[in-house]
Amino acid sequence: MAMTMTGEVALPANRETVWAKLNDPAVLKACIPGCETLDKTGETGFSAVVKLKIGPVSATFKGSVELSDLDPPNGYRISGQGEGGVAGFAKGGATVRLLPPAEGQEGCILTYDVEANVGGKIAQLGARLIDGVAKKMADQFFNNFAEAVKAG
Amino acid sequence: MSGTGIGARVLRKEDFRFITGKGQYTDDVNRYGQAHAVFLRSPHAHAEIRSIKLDAARAMPGVVDIFTGDDLAADKIGGLICGWMIHSKDGSPMKAGAHPALAQGKVRYVGDHVAVVIAETQAQARDAIEKIEVDYKVLSPVVAMADAVKKGAPVIHDVASDNTVYNWSLGDEAGTQAAFAKAAHVTKLDIVNNRLVPNPMEPRAAVGDYDSGTGGFTLYTTSQNPHVARLVLSAFIGIAPEHKLRVIAPDVGGGFGSKIFIYAEETVCVWAAKKVGRPVKWVADRTEAFLSDAHGRDHVTHAEMALDASGKILGLRVKTQANLGAYLSTFSSCVPTYLYAPLLSGQYDIPAIYVEVDGIYTNTAPVDAYRGAGRPEATFVIERMVEVAARELKQDPAAFRRKNFVRSFPHQTPVIMCYDAGDYDAAMTKALEMSDYKNIGARKAASAKKGLLRGIGFSAYIEACGIAPSAAVGSLGAGVGLWESAEVRVNPVGTVEILTGSHSHGQGHETTFAQLVSERLGIPIDNVAIVHGDTDKVQMGMGTYGSRSGAVGMSAISKALDKIEAKAKKVAGFVLEASPDDIEFKDGKFSVRGTDKEIDFGSVALQAYIAHKFNGQELEPGLKESAFWDPTNFTFPAGVHICELEIDPATGVTRIDRWTAVDDFGNVINPMIVEGQVHGGIAQGVGQALLEGAVYDASGQLVTASYMDYSMPRAGDLPSYDVGMTQTACPSNPLGIKGCGEAGAIAAPPAVMNAITDAIGHEGIAMPATPLAVWRAVQKTAPRAAAE
Repeated sequence: MAMTMTGEVALPANRETVWAKLNDPAVLKACIPGCETLDKTGETGFSAVVKLKIGPVSATFKGSVELSDLDPPNGYRISGQGEGGVAGFAKGGATVRLLPPAEGQEGCILTYDVEANVGGKIAQLGARLIDGVAKKMADQFFNNFAEAVKAG
Repeated sequence: MSGTGIGARVLRKEDFRFITGKGQYTDDVNRYGQAHAVFLRSPHAHAEIRSIKLDAARAMPGVVDIFTGDDLAADKIGGLICGWMIHSKDGSPMKAGAHPALAQGKVRYVGDHVAVVIAETQAQARDAIEKIEVDYKVLSPVVAMADAVKKGAPVIHDVASDNTVYNWSLGDEAGTQAAFAKAAHVTKLDIVNNRLVPNPMEPRAAVGDYDSGTGGFTLYTTSQNPHVARLVLSAFIGIAPEHKLRVIAPDVGGGFGSKIFIYAEETVCVWAAKKVGRPVKWVADRTEAFLSDAHGRDHVTHAEMALDASGKILGLRVKTQANLGAYLSTFSSCVPTYLYAPLLSGQYDIPAIYVEVDGIYTNTAPVDAYRGAGRPEATFVIERMVEVAARELKQDPAAFRRKNFVRSFPHQTPVIMCYDAGDYDAAMTKALEMSDYKNIGARKAASAKKGLLRGIGFSAYIEACGIAPSAAVGSLGAGVGLWESAEVRVNPVGTVEILTGSHSHGQGHETTFAQLVSERLGIPIDNVAIVHGDTDKVQMGMGTYGSRSGAVGMSAISKALDKIEAKAKKVAGFVLEASPDDIEFKDGKFSVRGTDKEIDFGSVALQAYIAHKFNGQELEPGLKESAFWDPTNFTFPAGVHICELEIDPATGVTRIDRWTAVDDFGNVINPMIVEGQVHGGIAQGVGQALLEGAVYDASGQLVTASYMDYSMPRAGDLPSYDVGMTQTACPSNPLGIKGCGEAGAIAAPPAVMNAITDAIGHEGIAMPATPLAVWRAVQKTAPRAAAE
């Protein structure tokens, strides 16, 4: 089951500030919905535990998060994958771009281009819900992130 | 006999226990000290297993043990087998990849078995499998057959580098080509037969038990053929020798073919019972049934029919790709070959036929026999083809069929089968009359006035049942004989137990088989018990599938009853002091011809056991006989179904308005049960045509794995059926029976699709014809002439 979504959000801080937050594990942990732990395992890698509920299936996914294509302060690619045991697996990624603000505006614009893939019980039982759940999670992440930026 | 013999509408004896909750199904079996198994299944369609970590799971509460494929291998437990060898055109044997009961190194479909947790309770086992950590290296899956055979496609089994199990053919290629060369018209059609999930009401289940005192295993399982299960588990998988393995298939809640096969779960349960020293029980949940029951159908076909200018069929060529899934299930290889291609002649006299079938591996659940098994696929091809040919030649579809019907019997087709008896014209005549075909134009006009599109579709199906002459199927690659056995035990007071290898899982054998005995021995039906489904009681049997229980199973009973009658006449001769040759047996009484001396059946039985009236050295005491019946030919039920429906072009909703079914099942034991089989079969066929479809997405995930996403037919989707019969007795068995279990499911899909395509005016729609699919197809329909 694959799905894709795109979106953008205006942030009240300049690109350099936002870029720093995009690379801060504490911020990422707070923003990823259901994220229980996010531990740095290398320069650009993290191990993560994320708890998710999709329709009738809830599961704890253990996996990894990797940052790549780092291009400060213009953007990067964040990707992750996790095994949820009997619930199946989830993997996906987002290409995040930071654009200068529109003329006469402050801050910057963050755009995202997400693709996600799930399998196993989540796909078998939650197929019709996944698009909605994935969209909600992406929205949540970037809303949380906007709040984190606002909070300084 | 008074109303319980052959031909009587006797209410089903077994229904009382079923409808009052007294049935004993496998899940009702609970053994002292039993533990519960839950299987960890692959979430990936195709992956290597790098490692499996069990420590955390082993530490979970209630866990008794956990096993993986390595443990089975260490115990030298063999893989699951495919019991029918198919050879490719070039003579090479089919490419059967290993099929371990628990994965060894690789998983090949979503739902494939990775490990089994055995725990005190099912809930504890479920919690524990959450803790198993499997490190998968995910491989690219191949899901569509077209992708599987592409050069460079990921390879599912190393033995089949092109993901092709076999390239098989049947018929005369050159002769068929010659027929096409002289054709005035050629009809061509691309046909998809959608993939189905069997969905018996009772999911699969197993209880394995091991007696360390005797060294004997017992497996309770949801099986249509417990003896074949024992044979395979003993001889091929190596659980235990046959005399140390008892297989019991108690009440079974439907199978539709899916319970013929020997699966991983029951194999593991019976093996694990000895490993853990406790009985082990597994019951599938519904999603497991969707994932791991062998699926049905899934063909992609291109067919061409050669016709002369008058509409006489000259030849047929068919090229089919059959999806066999990730592993070869027990009888999967023969379904799209010998159960399919030999039926492509349909009811028609076709001089030349050539069929090619490629069996393809994909990363999907195994595909095997499902109600009709190959014959629905064949009927769908030939009945869609003749309908389209008639339309292209602007001939009436009924008249076109009549023109091409086989009219003399026996009829040898170009594709193995020799039809022994039938009268296809009679069924067509009766169906046309019952369906009021002559007024279809008026009914179409009336529908059009309401803004609805009315269509009518024919299906003149034939199937091959009574499976099958053992030597014949042996020559085609079958690994078993397909006879049936029976034992008739007459008790000293004249009640009778019939031990049969024909398992009953919804067919009503306890009633129909007892009717035969009641008729033959002249005893009340309640004095007859039918015993089946236990390898310790019934010596050997081949099970129930392919509408074989009447034609083959009852023929074996009939043959054993002949022996009972012969022996009882001898006993009666001693009692009545007459030569056995002078003894007549009628209506349950033995009499001396030309005298008033008589004795009833029960008294003869008693005399046989007390053995006072004869010398036990000259005539053995007792009254018990057994027989094996090996059929002399397949049987050929046939008939005409006519579906009439209305489509609402605004919504795409199809409503079946009338259904006429005229079937020739040969002699009928219980018309009520036969009609029930027809009703159920049509419902299943309508389900395939309008609603059902198993869908894997491009990554190999089954996205129709519950009733939220897989649509089964409900009462509201079905019309009241108008069921009639014609009768030509089957000359190939002593009872003249042809078999009725699959006819409806075979006949219905083309009848529905011929009606839909008639209504919408073009052929551009595939099954399932859901409202969305129909609505889309209607958008391509040219506006109809006002006159229509």
